[in-house]
Amino acid sequence: MFYREAGQFKTSYNADQAIFTITQDKFFVGAFLLIAFGVVPFFINDYWANAILIHVLVYALAGLGLNILTGYCGQVSLGTGGFMAVGAYASYKLTTSFPELNFIVAILLSGGITACVGVIFGLPSLRIKGFYLAVATLAAQFFLVWLFNKVGWFFNYSPTGMIVSPPREVFGFLVTGPEASPAVRYLFCLSVVTVFALAAKNIVRGRVGRSWMAIRDMDIAAELIGIRPLEAKLTAFAVSSFYVGVAGALYFNVWLGSAEPTEAFDIFQSFFVLFIVIIGGLGSILGSFLGAAFMVLVPITLKTIMVDGMGFAVGAAKHVEVMLLGSLIIFFLIVEPHGLARLWQILKEKLRKWPFPY
Amino acid sequence: MAYERKIGDTILAVDQISLAFGGVKALSNISFSVREHEIFAIIGPNGAGKSSMLNCINGFYHPQEGTITFKGNTRRQVRPSEAAREGIARTFQNIALFSGMTTLDNIMTGRNTKMNKGIFWQALRYGPAEKEEMEHRAVVEKVIDFLEIEAIRKTAVGTLPYGLQKRVELGRALAAEPDLLLLDEPMAGMNLEEKQDMCRFILDVNDEFGTTIVLIEHDMGVVMDISDRVVVLDYGKKLAEGTPDEVRTNQDVIDAYLGVSHDDDEE
Repeated sequence: MFYREAGQFKTSYNADQAIFTITQDKFFVGAFLLIAFGVVPFFINDYWANAILIHVLVYALAGLGLNILTGYCGQVSLGTGGFMAVGAYASYKLTTSFPELNFIVAILLSGGITACVGVIFGLPSLRIKGFYLAVATLAAQFFLVWLFNKVGWFFNYSPTGMIVSPPREVFGFLVTGPEASPAVRYLFCLSVVTVFALAAKNIVRGRVGRSWMAIRDMDIAAELIGIRPLEAKLTAFAVSSFYVGVAGALYFNVWLGSAEPTEAFDIFQSFFVLFIVIIGGLGSILGSFLGAAFMVLVPITLKTIMVDGMGFAVGAAKHVEVMLLGSLIIFFLIVEPHGLARLWQILKEKLRKWPFPY
Repeated sequence: MAYERKIGDTILAVDQISLAFGGVKALSNISFSVREHEIFAIIGPNGAGKSSMLNCINGFYHPQEGTITFKGNTRRQVRPSEAAREGIARTFQNIALFSGMTTLDNIMTGRNTKMNKGIFWQALRYGPAEKEEMEHRAVVEKVIDFLEIEAIRKTAVGTLPYGLQKRVELGRALAAEPDLLLLDEPMAGMNLEEKQDMCRFILDVNDEFGTTIVLIEHDMGVVMDISDRVVVLDYGKKLAEGTPDEVRTNQDVIDAYLGVSHDDDEE
């Protein structure tokens, strides 16, 4: 009843192509951002920051990256964990080799380095498609993790093979290291993710995004109307890897604080991010956030209910949790194969007509 | 209709094109030329090599012999994306739209080659990229008006009926403002009304934008009505070329269509 666009007219193409065309949407998103930026930091504690908010934000960013590649450009990748490792190790090398370097610059540079690596591993996509490409990107996953495990230069020859994030400041606030406050770390992640999500939305609704989607939907036709497949696929790999690299850098520096490649960046990371993208909705920016929230929050909620509410033993709860999560994933995919983002869209359509659907 | 049509110089010259897939000769020694602003039809029975001919012109197939001259550039092989940038647009026999995108996005994609703001401007959006986007949106809206598909602007093309999809595909080709428009069976599978609409669009495109059109069509009534000149292919060979009237009375063409055995018309 209240979610209506009746009477909202567009007088320019620009207004017609805005991200949120409906006034209620603008209001809702504005309020959401206001709360996220203005209210949450005052109430945040270590548990909320680490277990939930930063966790969701980092995976949402990685999901955005993979969604650009898989959802928008149609190139399946199983190398996300490896690319996150590149971002993490690049940021580690940058922050330890150049202590004076601004942390934001370091993060962006590690994204750039990951983009270059992504382009190299994206080259096979020019010849192979679909499942075969997925297998080719698996090579990236295993090779990169092996590399970071074996070559001492990457972890500064530390005897444990671990990398530990040095304390770094942004605008005078400590964002990494054990002393950093949860509110600052949360705000930093939130700002990065907000800016990157906006940039991603802008890219996918512009020329570059359309060329990606054209390649995804019908590559031959795309080529015949003048889109160069090489250019489109490699930019998709570059932008996607950039996002994943930044996500990896945040994951290591801001969230974990220390990491070890075989555990932090293994193949399950790749699958986890792929699940986020598929459950959230391929080809949807919002979907990356919904998927990340789903994949992170559902296990935590299930665990809390079972352990604290019903008195299960932790080990047993873990098993039940995995089973329940699996069945929930299957349930949602059967209800809506296009992911949570599509469910949300359908809900909005219904809401527009509610309570008089005819 | 009393408008003046100025048929200009040759815009596309196909010279001695031969194309073979292994032992199968799809085209052998085909030559013809298309003049600026004309509507040129390629006809022939099934398997005559019509679609292969179009595929050679826009670079999707690479002929083994012969050359194609477009706007003064002579070449044998070209990448499809480069041909598109030179000003050749086409539609497909089986619709090849980007089914996950809206009508508007599909037609906007047709203008991709005209846009050049880099990815950083795109990510920023505000400023140059937005300005560019709006300029091209205005052109696309003209195409949408022209094809009378305003109502389906924001509809995903996968959900549209066949006739409209064909129209959107024409729109995508037109959005590129091509000098040469290749239409592969634009009226296949349409009912009479849709065919009339499509004929009207083709004639209007030719008339208003001066676009040269090369089309393949099986509906002889349509071909004879709207085209200026016709070339007839059969089994990869050229049977005849000329105005519709000349072609209609050509004995080889009649034989090919009415099915005289091929051994008999060897000269």
